[in-house]
Amino acid sequence: MTRTSDTTAAAEITAEPLVDLDVVDATLRAALDAGGEWAELFAEDRESASAVFDEGRVEEMNSGRDRGVGIRVTAGEVTGYAHTSDLSAQGLADAARTAAAVATRQPHGGAVDMRSLGGSAHAEPRVAVLPASIGAERKVALLRAADDAARSTHEAITQVTARYGESRRRILVANTHGVCAADDQVRTLFSVGCVASGDGGLQTGRETVGYTVGWELFDDHDPAELAERAAQRAVTKLAARPAPSGEVPVVIARGGGGVLFHEACGHGLEADLVRKGASVFAGRVGTQVAASGVTLVDDGTMGPEWGALAIDDEGHRTQRNELISDGDLTDYMWDWLCSRDDGRVPSGNGRRQSYTHLPMVRMTNTFVTNGDIDPADIIADTPWGVYVAHLGGGQVNTATGDFVFGMTESYLIEDGVITEPLREGNLIGNGPQVLLDIDALGNDFAMGSPGTCGKDGQGVPVGDGQPTLRVRALTVGGTAA
Amino acid sequence: MSERRQYDTEELAQLARQVCEQAQGTEQIEACVSTGRSTTVRAYNGDVESLRSGHSAAIGVRVIEDGRQGFASAGSLDADVVADTLAAARSNVRFGEPDPHQALAEPDDVAPPGLDLSDPAVLGVSDADKIAAAIDLERRCLSADPRISGVRVAAWSDGWSQSALASSTGICVQSEHGSCSVGAQPLATDGDETQIGYAGDAAWRPDELDIDRVVTESTSQATGQLGATKPLSERVTVVLAPPVAAAFFGVVASVLAADSVLKGRSPFADRVGEQIADERLHLVDDPTDPTTLGAANFDGEGLAARRNALISAGVLHGFLHNAYTARRSDTASTGSAVRGTRSIPGVGTHAPVVGTGDIANEMLNASVRDGVLVRGVSGLHSGVNPTSGDFSVGAWGHRISGGQLAEPFREATIASTLQRMLLGICGIGATAEPLAGGMSMPPLIIADVALSGV
Repeated sequence: MTRTSDTTAAAEITAEPLVDLDVVDATLRAALDAGGEWAELFAEDRESASAVFDEGRVEEMNSGRDRGVGIRVTAGEVTGYAHTSDLSAQGLADAARTAAAVATRQPHGGAVDMRSLGGSAHAEPRVAVLPASIGAERKVALLRAADDAARSTHEAITQVTARYGESRRRILVANTHGVCAADDQVRTLFSVGCVASGDGGLQTGRETVGYTVGWELFDDHDPAELAERAAQRAVTKLAARPAPSGEVPVVIARGGGGVLFHEACGHGLEADLVRKGASVFAGRVGTQVAASGVTLVDDGTMGPEWGALAIDDEGHRTQRNELISDGDLTDYMWDWLCSRDDGRVPSGNGRRQSYTHLPMVRMTNTFVTNGDIDPADIIADTPWGVYVAHLGGGQVNTATGDFVFGMTESYLIEDGVITEPLREGNLIGNGPQVLLDIDALGNDFAMGSPGTCGKDGQGVPVGDGQPTLRVRALTVGGTAA
Repeated sequence: MSERRQYDTEELAQLARQVCEQAQGTEQIEACVSTGRSTTVRAYNGDVESLRSGHSAAIGVRVIEDGRQGFASAGSLDADVVADTLAAARSNVRFGEPDPHQALAEPDDVAPPGLDLSDPAVLGVSDADKIAAAIDLERRCLSADPRISGVRVAAWSDGWSQSALASSTGICVQSEHGSCSVGAQPLATDGDETQIGYAGDAAWRPDELDIDRVVTESTSQATGQLGATKPLSERVTVVLAPPVAAAFFGVVASVLAADSVLKGRSPFADRVGEQIADERLHLVDDPTDPTTLGAANFDGEGLAARRNALISAGVLHGFLHNAYTARRSDTASTGSAVRGTRSIPGVGTHAPVVGTGDIANEMLNASVRDGVLVRGVSGLHSGVNPTSGDFSVGAWGHRISGGQLAEPFREATIASTLQRMLLGICGIGATAEPLAGGMSMPPLIIADVALSGV
């Protein structure tokens, strides 16, 4: 991705830490003095802005600001957590004592280990142009261009909604083991949703582009082109026939189906679920869990993807974690608590929605690496099946591995050729079985659309991707015989 | 950064009014302010795993001028933050575009139901008692059945919030409410197979929580799925268990919101007065019933919450409106503005209720003879398109064979369209069964649904 040369905005970044380090140190000491064994301070300052263009006009212009601190204190297996938007020294000390109160239910008996804070409390955003430095007029102009483009694509387009969103999240994490780290995360997103109206009723099409970048997002992505694709998707679906019902060979287009792996096995490889016996992948490290050639990676360093982070929300550097190597399960994803109990280092996967939430194991950018088959050959080699060009969201039962995800654009494959469009529906499969049923892996890897992963009521931004691939059999939840 | 201070609802109302009083000329201002506190306790292996608590405060300011709308919000009620938020909302107005129907709600003559939703019993529960409740919930799940091998989550939560909303059009309302909830996710194991269940409850008072139901429902879900297999694909009659029926009608209610209709995104636009469902179906939104957690005195624009009929004897009675959609439709608001403090009011239901039918619940399976009982669904967010009406969700439950409940199934989907499913209702249970949050819902029979499996 190219960058613009405008660095003025980045220079405006303040070097002040979110919380003075003397106050951080005093707060952590207060938590230990109150009986904690280990303590952590997480400070967050989030600014966001959005605009919605609907029915041919700017309908909403919104902005928001949130700032607060969460204090986590542990003693043995017990965790206390208190959050506050009062960032005064007294407010933080009160929160530290509140968090420590519950942790002291379980006297830990160990020596308190308060180390000097290392690392840096400063971070600069890794963007060329902060979106907040761009005037609203230019954002509105992009929305209008998208609306115009979508409506001029086809006369069947009856409604267009274009959305622009930007966020900047500054965090500071420090703990009594000396961790002190900061990050400045900027994300920019643009989406277009279209409604097409025809004899068969209404159909929808949506396209979204979002990266962990600033305004330079639009150097490489034209909102008008995005809108045309969304409009075309809606129009194409006007002629869609009901999707099949039952087990069908399914070819998933590159980048369009990374959510399959997010749901099929990603959640099941989160160590907090594994250690509670709530994952079908528990106890399977070192065994074959996927077809040969399947390599699954979670990589938080993968800038500028939507799930990219310099550090996780526990202050640990993100990294590239190979979870499945050539079909064999190699490792799970870890946060600090799980890795502590297992005597290993965290993998940079401790994340939280905001300062009001406890961190837990979460994915970042999760993807399957390239195979070696020409994607055209995969389709040509499929006598009958479903070609999924784009998947929507999904959901998984980690205990069984059963997962669903929505087909937002799909077609029938007949005699090795993509033919008629299909109406929307869910696919359902079983993670361990689907991983073994991958019988063709393309050489055209791409990341997919930005996503928000929900777990236990917390949402975090994630990315996913994969090359074109075929699953021998997935159950398509259509209505056709 | 000032120190946190406590507000009562009158002080919040005063703060909201002070913001609105700054309206100049033709400018309209609406301020929504709130404070809250919450606690969540999780138990694991017979002890507390975590206790999370905190305070929050928020303000949302909406400014409308000449039909243009701007909104801003923040997570603090400090004076400088409040001033910045108003300034940001005013700045955002400059980029909004005129809509002649865009204006704040005006006071109407509808009286609020006068519900007391702030029972101090919620505040009377000590941290020790919350911890004991979570630990006891885990223990009871573990002892409910020898096949229960663990409990992934056993949790207690409670919250208390105060809020006020004022507008330069003369609205000023306050509310205060507290609630508590429990939830459990037990695991059932048989050999190499593990299944997970979930159930929860929420109530205005701790003694109204139905812990027995949570334990029974969550553990029977987990054990009932042991041995489940993938069913054959076929068209079947389905019985939707009450939680599934509630999820289904949540989707139906969303497409009866006037904003979807006005923007051409509802399959039921222009259908008022027409038969859109089987004549056995009656659907209302009733936030005036204080027993449900959907109860409210006011909607998200400060108008009185009220009971609204949506579908009567299968005929579409009307749509839900907030002030904007009502003005655009030349009608009155139905008090159906829904919002958080930090968002612009939308349109939606508070507490949808389905009228009971005439088939005794215990006779439902017999009346179906052959079909499936759907106890749970997944992928509602990904497999349901409220614009086209396409409906396809993951499903699990039991076969119904010869009028009797038979073997469990999993890894399947049920699919149809919202339109066809509403018209395909062929039976409603005579008794509404309790759900989380004081809601209740009768089971429902729908004919000719595609079940996809093998």
